[in-house]
Parts: sequence; C-alpha cells; structure tokens
Amino acid sequence: MIIGIDVGGTHIDGAVISNGNIVKTSKKITDRNNLFETIWTTLKILLEDIDKSKVSRINLSTTVSTNAIVEKRVSKVGMIVQSGPGMNYDFSRVGDQLEFISGYTDHRGVVVKEIVEDEIKTIRDNFIKNNMESIGIVSKFSTRNPSHEKQISEMLIDDFDTVAMGHSSSGRLNFPRRVNTTYLSAAVNNTFREFAENFEKSLKLEGVDVPIYVLKADGGTMDLDTAKNNPIETILSGPAASFMGLSALFSEIDDGVLLDIGGTTTDIFFLADGVQLFEPLGINIDNHKTLIRAIYSVSIGLGGDSYVRMEDNKLKIGPQRMGPPIAFGGEYLTPTDAMVALGKLDGGNKEKAVLAVGELAKRLDLSIKEAANKILDIMTGLIKEKVDNLLIKINAHPVYTVKELLENKRIEPQFVNVIGGPAKILAPLLEKKFAVKVKYPEEYKTANAVGAALAKPTIEINMLADTERGILSAPEAGIYETINRNYNLEMAENRALEIVRDSAIKLGANKADIEAEIVESNSFNMVKGFSGVFKNIRVRAQTTPGLIHDWRSQ
Amino acid sequence: MFKAKNRLGLVFFPAFDWAISKTHPEREERLLYTQDQIFEEGIQDTEGIEFYNPVIASEKDVSRVHIVVPNVASQLSQSHLVAAGGAIRAYKAVMEKEVNKSFALVRPPGHHTHRVVYGGRGFCTVNVGAVALERIRQDYGDLKVAIVDTDAHHGDGTQDIYWNDKDTLFISLHQDGRSLYPGTGSIEEFGGPSAYGYNINIPLPPGTGEEGFLYILDNVVIPILNDFKPDIIINSAGQDNHYSDPLTNMNFTAQGYAILNERLNPDMAVLEGGYSIEGALPYINLGIILAMAGLDYSHVFEPDYDADKLKQDTAITNHIEKLSEAVYSLWRHKKELAEEKFKNKKEVTRERKIYFDTAGITEHQVQKFIICDDCSGLSVIDSSNDESAHILAITVPRKSCQYCIDKAYAMYDSSNQYPYTNVYLQDRCNDNYLSK
Repeated sequence: MIIGIDVGGTHIDGAVISNGNIVKTSKKITDRNNLFETIWTTLKILLEDIDKSKVSRINLSTTVSTNAIVEKRVSKVGMIVQSGPGMNYDFSRVGDQLEFISGYTDHRGVVVKEIVEDEIKTIRDNFIKNNMESIGIVSKFSTRNPSHEKQISEMLIDDFDTVAMGHSSSGRLNFPRRVNTTYLSAAVNNTFREFAENFEKSLKLEGVDVPIYVLKADGGTMDLDTAKNNPIETILSGPAASFMGLSALFSEIDDGVLLDIGGTTTDIFFLADGVQLFEPLGINIDNHKTLIRAIYSVSIGLGGDSYVRMEDNKLKIGPQRMGPPIAFGGEYLTPTDAMVALGKLDGGNKEKAVLAVGELAKRLDLSIKEAANKILDIMTGLIKEKVDNLLIKINAHPVYTVKELLENKRIEPQFVNVIGGPAKILAPLLEKKFAVKVKYPEEYKTANAVGAALAKPTIEINMLADTERGILSAPEAGIYETINRNYNLEMAENRALEIVRDSAIKLGANKADIEAEIVESNSFNMVKGFSGVFKNIRVRAQTTPGLIHDWRSQ
Repeated sequence: MFKAKNRLGLVFFPAFDWAISKTHPEREERLLYTQDQIFEEGIQDTEGIEFYNPVIASEKDVSRVHIVVPNVASQLSQSHLVAAGGAIRAYKAVMEKEVNKSFALVRPPGHHTHRVVYGGRGFCTVNVGAVALERIRQDYGDLKVAIVDTDAHHGDGTQDIYWNDKDTLFISLHQDGRSLYPGTGSIEEFGGPSAYGYNINIPLPPGTGEEGFLYILDNVVIPILNDFKPDIIINSAGQDNHYSDPLTNMNFTAQGYAILNERLNPDMAVLEGGYSIEGALPYINLGIILAMAGLDYSHVFEPDYDADKLKQDTAITNHIEKLSEAVYSLWRHKKELAEEKFKNKKEVTRERKIYFDTAGITEHQVQKFIICDDCSGLSVIDSSNDESAHILAITVPRKSCQYCIDKAYAMYDSSNQYPYTNVYLQDRCNDNYLSK
C-alpha cells in the first residue's frame, strides 16, 4: 500500500493506493498557518482502518519550502560568489550579505587563479559578526571542478548551520541560476529540516515505520534524508503531482496537451510521445530563476471564477478573480455563472446567474443563452490561443546540430486531456477549438494525490568526460573520477546509465522501478598541437520518466 | 538579471555534427567552449536577448550571390545551407524589427568565397554574409550597406562579390597579405570601375594590438562610415586577430573586440574565422554579445590576459598612423582617382588566378566589367580550372538599366555551349538565375 499526500495552497489531498486501485481518498482545507497539523490530520484519516504494517511508503508533496520562500521565513544567508572574468552581475536580491572573492576556474575546469585564504577568513569573521545562519558558496564553472567551493566550505562548515555549494544543485551550466539556487537552498534548509524531523518523530509515535519520500518539481521523488540535504528540490511540486495524476488517469503515447482548469487558473502541460516536457533550465520561484529541474507547466489566470466584464466594448475574461461567482454569492460575473445559467452546472442560484448574464446579454444585444455561450466560447478560445503560442515557443527550441535542424521535430497535439471543475462542460467546446479528441476522466478530484503516490525516484545527470585532463564528472551524483586516454563515448554512456541507476537506488528506488536512458550524447575531438587528439564527451542521462511499477503492471 | 539596452537576436549554431575533417581547425569542437561560456554566463536569461534557430538557405539564395560550378547541389552540403540560413535568420530578425541587432554565430565561415565557386577555399564554400545580405535586399528593398571585416585574413571573397557595387562599401582590416593567407588585400585593391573607392583594405603589420585596431577604427573606419552614411552596418566578425590564435600573428584581445564592436555599432554581425577555440573564442564571443546588447563587458578578459605583454611596439604604431592617413586620403580622393583611372574606357578587365585549397583546384579567371552610363554595368566572367571546367558567367547587377538587362539575355542566349562546359546568367534585377 502506498499513501500519497499533496499539500496545495487551498486543499490537501490524500490517497491510498493498493494493488493499482485507489482504496481511499481525502480532501481537506489547508491551514497555511499550521502546515504540520494539516498534514497530520490527513495522514490520520488515511491510516484509519488500515493495516499500518502493509503500508510500504508515504509519498508527500509539500509546500513547506515554497511557503518559506514566498513568505520570506528563511534563514539569514551569507553568500560567497566567485565570478571570475565575464559578465558583471547584480546579485543584490541574493542573501543577506554577499561577498565576491578572487580566484577563477575556466570552462574546462582548469583552476586559473587560486583562492586567497585570508580573504575567506575575513569574510567568515564578518558573517559570524553579522549573525549569518546559513552559507551559500558558488564559483563560476564549479560543475566542471568544484575544488574551490569545497575548499571554502571546509573553512566555514564548523561555524554555520548549513553550507550549500553550487555544484551539488545541478550539472547544467548557468552561473546566475546556480547562485540563486544555492541561495534558496541555504535559505530553506533549516525550515525544511525542522519539518522533516517533526514528521518523522510523529510517525514513530503513531507506530508507523515506513520510508518517506518527498515529491520534486520534476514529478519524481527522493527519500526524506536526501530532501533534508537538498530541500530546495521540493519546491513547487504541486503542478508535478497534478501532472503525474493526469498521467495515471490516462495512458498516452502521442503528443498532446493536458489541461487542469481550476477556479482561478488553468495549468497547461504538454506531452511529447506520451512523455512530459521539462523546463529547459529550471523552475522560477519568487522571481528567482533556478536550476531546479521541473516538469514544464504554464499557469494562466483563467478559470471558472475569472472576472467577466465589458472593456473597450469587448468582452473580457480574467486574468483576475474578483471573488466567488454570482450564483455562489459573489458580486462579479464569471464563466461559472454562464454554466449555471445554461443549466449545465447544478448548484448555486440559477436565477441570479440568469439575471447577471442577462445584463451582459443586453449590452451585447444577444439572447441570454447566446451571451452565456459567448462567454464560454471566449474562455476556450483564450486557452487555445495560449496553447498555440506556447507550442510555437516550444517548437522553436534551439538545436545545435545539422541533423536536429533538418529533422525539425515538433510537438503536434493529437489529443487534449482535461481535468478540473468545468472539465466536463468545457470538453465539447474545447474539442471544437482544438479539432482533436478531448477527454476528461470521471474521477479526477484527487488526481494530484494519486500522482504523488505513484511518483518514483528520479535523477538527471550532466556528465562530462575530458580525456586530456583525465577527469569524468557527474555533479548531480557528486561524482568526480579519473579516466584514461582511451575513454570513449560508449564507455561514457554505459557509465552514465550506471550512475543514474545507482543514484536512483540511493534515492530509494526499487530495483524493478529503475530504467535509465541517455537523453543527449556527443563526443568532440580536442586537437592539441600537431599530434594530440583527445576527447571531450558530454552525456546527459536520466531515469526514464513514468510511474512506479505497481501501477503500470495493472 | 540584466536587461539588454539593445534587443539582440542570436543565431547560435555550433553545428556539432559537422567538420571539414576530424582534426581540421574548422571542426565540431570549434564553438563548444563558446557555448559553455555563453550558457554559464546565463546569456539565455538576459532580458532582451533572443535565440533563433537557423532557417535553411535555398539554392536561389545561393545563386543570388554565387556561380556555383557545376551547380549548387553538387558543391554545397546541408551544413553550408544551414550556416547561410543562420545568417539569413539573424539579418531578418533585424529587418523585421524583432530585435535591434543580431549576431549569427554560425560555422563554417564564408568570407573567402568569391563569386565563382569550384569548391572550398580558406575553410569557406559559401559566402554566408553575402547570401544573407542579398536575401534581405531581395525581401526588403535596396539598402546601402557597409561591411566591416575584422577577421585577420583578408576578406577576399566578399571583396570579389562587391567589387563593383557602390551600394556596398567593404572595409577589411587584416594581417598584411604578405605574411598571411590569402595574400591579397593591399590598399591598391580599391574597387571596380563603377565602385572605385568602395573597397577599402587596411593591411596591418603582424603584432598589431588593441591600440592599433582602435586607432584604425577611430581614424579611418568610423570617419569613412560617417561619410558613406550606410542604412546598415555589418561586422564580418572573424576572431583570429587574437593574440592566442594559432594561425595568425596578431595581438588583439577580447576587450579590444568588444570595444571595437561598441564603437562600430553594427546592426548585424556574422562570425567568420577564429581558431583559438579554448583561449579566445569564448571570451571574444561573449564580449561581442555584451557589446552589441549594450551590456557591461568591462569584466570580460581572457584568463591569461596581460596588458603589459600585449603592449604594441612603437614601430607598429608609427606605421599604422601613416597607413591611416594614406587610406583616408585615398577615400577622400576616390572620385578624381576613378576619373583618371577609367577615363574613356568602355570596359575594364581583370585577370586572376584563384586557388581552392580545400578542393585543390586552380582557377584562371578573366572578368570584364562593361561600363554603362546609366547603371553600374554588366560583369562577364570567363573562367576555367585545371579540372577542365570552362564557364561563362554573365551578371546583371541590382538596379541595371533595361539596355544592360536585354544585352545580358542576348549574350546568354547566343552563347553556345562550346567552348564552355557551362554558361550562367545571374540576373539580380529580376531575381532570375539561369544556366545551361
């Protein structure tokens, strides 16, 4: 049995899955001021009448880190940044005190200029004096050679709660994002650790001794111990949980669009040959661009409760929500009122809805039915327009080889799957707009909790093997090892798959669940002088996206 | 993050799956470290900098500029069409006002490719920049354009293509041809009869550094541009004047390239050569991108940069000052010089030997410019090579008079195959390209 819990901004959803069946669900209101109690209440409901010894794991998608960042309840962070030659950065939003230091490592990972120890010591004393709690250390190209970050960390580790290093967040190259990610990691570490320890303690008191996994924004999980060391990976896992839930409810192998239409927003996801797209670099949170891997999702301000009004003689919907629909006691017209007025949605005050739509109908010189339909037509049209624009952007993603350019692989949706309150009502309208099959599941209310339950450990590595320097690195797995001159692409690919599998097991994966795949791989000849030819090999590998084995075998 | 002052479009296409040969300087690895640097600096996240994929140039795009023998398909690979298409996409982004400026970081380069193409020479098989320029002229109308070539090698291909075109001012700054491939590029090479003075060469002595390049820029290039008043300035941005380049002997720097770019203020740039792929390209390309975007590049230095070591010799400085004066004086007197040189001439002929080093082919070419009072006149090329090709190529330039157009078609129609293996008509006026 697996328990999945998804803590959202408004609701906390829970599901118990056994042998591929949903045996129990729960939906409660989230108390943002007492997240721990909220989770605990749901967990107790789910555990009631269940043989606790049969629970094999708890998967939790939590907003603890997200809230800490958004609400600025974070540690005081001192940042040490080694930017070397290059752009002149403004990191003024990063940390409570930020210091630039000398020293430089180049793009090959060669240390060009050493750090100055006295400089670091002065900064350390200063940080102590200014009561910094956590430290973030980032050097340019540290993923190619983390020696400076490690050296500095050694000098500081005893004096602060947490020291976060840039190279451990991601192997992807992007120094400003690495700085942001490392800062956020240092900032939320204590909050998350406290939460995690409380949770573990409470479970023990309840007599539940099962492994706990935490959901990540990429739709995968990691075990709680890993999460304690890398809490930033747990941010914004909500959309990922919804996505995984959608994947569980439908099984698709084509290109497609997934929509989650809620009250305030609509979340849009894409599938390429049935597999999710990831953010090209990483997720954005609180205006910080990060390197945190995430499922590509775009949220637009358009839902059942969006504000409908005339503006410049045009009918406009959203992006703001002015409160509940008129049919449900609100003051402003919404698409939900149109649905109620048309008799498509039960509940609420139909008379009020008809009256409100009627007022608009007069201004538009239409019948009430026509006006209501027009609202829904505009709403679905806006969704279609947004999806089309996103597809143009996605399909224009940069490529770097002639082969890729000539192949011109594009996402061409063959279906739209939709969940959320108005899914059933809007499906036929969406079908007309998109001119592809639109499906909605009967049971979707706790899809996100189901998604959380079925997520499995995931990892991506960005591996570089340089036969001239004799070094292989896979920063995400903390691997820096020596290789010989004859190392080649095939060896690198095999090693990458091995590293992905080993890392997934460390994150708590079952052997049966691990599938690794190569995403990108290239081998470049490096010509040195007249005779030396070395190899610069780059391999990106990941756990194959998908749901855990228990579910798929059904 | 930062916001670029100028919206900048980048076509970054490293062609990671194409090389002239495994260990050739023009190989897959060439832009690898540039990519690393651009990615690590976070250029993708800079507001106002947009990345575009190349389009694929068509045969017609190539035929607007080149006479490819026997035909485009036989000489140009997809990689060449993608490189040219990369420049087309970048130039179009500016013309469509998607961005203010653009930089096509594509490979292979193109500035050694002349009008007639028998194969590859100087790592180039298609003049990427010229193909893109003629495409935007075709799509957006006549443009007065200045091309400033900052590659260490003389841009002989671009010179050849625009030799007799008064609307395309070509200025090449390069290491003196007496000490470097392709050997041409003296100040006497000053343009054809209809465009005398609009082809300017500035051959610099080996060892020229920041001081020299910026002196030439401020004292020759910018004053000439101010006189010429182009609609568009294009930088043929070769990067092999760098002190660490393995193929040249110059002393220029990443800072210098960035400053040059800021002052030159080009609308578009296209990558040419540059083979110090680890020590120079990442920094020069970053410097140019930042300068074009109007961002701070003052921290862009090579890791081994040493200002003292790179200080320019006074003898070089003196030479450059004199050279500046000579070139600028020629420019100012171009009209009188042209009158004297071409007085009472009905046609002007030049005869050349051109070596295609990649293909190992030697071309013998006689080019005749037929002088017309109403337009810039036809060009007629009679060319043969040591692999028994013998071609006749008639070019009708943009804005030709009807008389010249009719004459060109008559000439094409009446040219029998014999003794030619191929006969070509390149009609830029009607965008019509024929061969038989």
